[in-house]
Amino acid sequence: MYPDHLLEDILKRVRTIAMVGASPKWVRPSSFVMKYLQGKGYKVIPVNPGFVGKEILGEPVYANLSDIPGTFDMVDIFRNTAAAGAIMDEAIGLTEAKGISVVWMQLGVVNGDAAKKGEAAGLNVIMDRCPKIEYARLFGELGWGGINTGIISSKRPKLRA
Amino acid sequence: MTDEKTPPEPGFETRAIHAGAHPDPATGARNTPIYQTTSYVFDDAEHAADLFNLQTFGFIYSRLTNPTVSVLEERLANLEGGRAAVCAASGHAAQFLTFFTLLGPGDEFIASRNLYGGSITQFGISFEKLGWKCHFVDPTDTENFKKAITPKTKAIFLEVLANPGGIVVDLEAVAAIAKDAGIPLIVDNTMATPYLCRPFEWGADIIVHSTTKFLGGHGNSLGGAVIESGKFDWAQNDKFPSMTEPEPAYHGLTFYETFGDFGFTMKARAVALRDFGPALSPMNAFNTITGIETLPLRMERHVANAQDVAEFLETHPAIDWVSYAGLKSSPYHDLARKYLPKGAGSVFTIGLKGGFDAGVKLVEGVQMISHLANIGDTRSLILHPASTTHRQLSEEQRIAAGAGPEVVRLSIGLETASDIKSDLDQALKI
Repeated sequence: MYPDHLLEDILKRVRTIAMVGASPKWVRPSSFVMKYLQGKGYKVIPVNPGFVGKEILGEPVYANLSDIPGTFDMVDIFRNTAAAGAIMDEAIGLTEAKGISVVWMQLGVVNGDAAKKGEAAGLNVIMDRCPKIEYARLFGELGWGGINTGIISSKRPKLRA
Repeated sequence: MTDEKTPPEPGFETRAIHAGAHPDPATGARNTPIYQTTSYVFDDAEHAADLFNLQTFGFIYSRLTNPTVSVLEERLANLEGGRAAVCAASGHAAQFLTFFTLLGPGDEFIASRNLYGGSITQFGISFEKLGWKCHFVDPTDTENFKKAITPKTKAIFLEVLANPGGIVVDLEAVAAIAKDAGIPLIVDNTMATPYLCRPFEWGADIIVHSTTKFLGGHGNSLGGAVIESGKFDWAQNDKFPSMTEPEPAYHGLTFYETFGDFGFTMKARAVALRDFGPALSPMNAFNTITGIETLPLRMERHVANAQDVAEFLETHPAIDWVSYAGLKSSPYHDLARKYLPKGAGSVFTIGLKGGFDAGVKLVEGVQMISHLANIGDTRSLILHPASTTHRQLSEEQRIAAGAGPEVVRLSIGLETASDIKSDLDQALKI
């Protein structure tokens, strides 16, 4: 289990996210997450070797993490558990060059070996969670869908943009 | 992962008051406001599109979501230990949303025959018109559920504490049967409430409630709820295409893949509630939220009063039998101790030595107890099922459901226990 303050800290600190496995089809889960995060002020850079040179939700698509110009804070892995290992290795190799501090594996992606490697390299690693759902849970929107956030607070929620 | 300790989960009483409800972001109002509005402005056309596409969280129209209703939904999901909930206008509407989301024409499910009479009619007659076939079984032998499973079976349904007859079903055993068959176990937890029993802890996958009863608790508001555990794997077989295949009523969205462990709730809301419309009103949600804040206190008194009245009636000369699982004489006493350790609810039946006529005399003779068709009120209630709630059933079905001609149902309220007993005593002497 990840404590709420850890997830909250990551989501507040991170501004730019490389999304590996982003899909150009709007009805796919990755597209839902990318659009939502864009709406909350994050810059999301799509990574998908099949769509290099095209755009997803207004952002140019890159073949891999090293092709992305400039820095990014977080890698969001929208690939299966088996593929997560190689992506983690690539992220570890680029930690300094790209300024990566978080590798986040989506819901259903559980790769303990990759997580250990990432943590040993000093990264924050999250597995089997969705940043959209966690953002909505921690910043007061998820309960609107009748979903149990587990949050009890007498403080007035401060909704972020 | 991290070595830091997660704070302990707050207790049931704390969650009954706080879960789902934070101060209003706009005004700071501490109690949950009644958002008495049909609809909600969009920021711009893009925001509207995102909401309609389910790409972001927010409010469109109160048939789908309403901020007051959302508080109740989250609170119920929290108290049951589930992932998510969707409310409906009544318990019956909640059952409709559940089965519409699970079944297609030609599909079947198995239900305990010991259910609220209205559920027996809904499942056995009205659902059949939609092509959904329900097979009823005697739940006192759990093997009956197993024997009734066919390749078309998509779910098992039961009331853990059954209305009206004081029967407790062996939940854990039935959950194991459902798990083996790769189908969800749906439990109607209305009679117990999550204060007395939490079916997800015994392996149930979906819980339905009539919130009209003990949750609201004051006999002032209808309501229903569907709660999902978030633990059922809809993709383990090909039985649930409505969860695992693109949904034509939602531009090809695949609900399980997109929403994961709250996919069933999203589907029930975005398709069944949207297209059939049995939404809960914000006013009723408000009354129910207020009721739930005192649920633990009320349930403690409900079960204490019920135990007292049941023990009194068990030795009363006009009474043939008392079917209350809190009594040592009940064949369900051990199951009640396992699944309902804080008490076996406050609804039970009694058999009158004088048969049908004595039942009519009793319900007409009480002065403080109310003769009406409801349960789970602050007030004590009395009913003769054979002439009311179970009237539409055949004589054979009535007896099987624990509602024979000599049977009277009591829902013990929160009045002074001695007053409840003396009212029954004077009416039994008429």
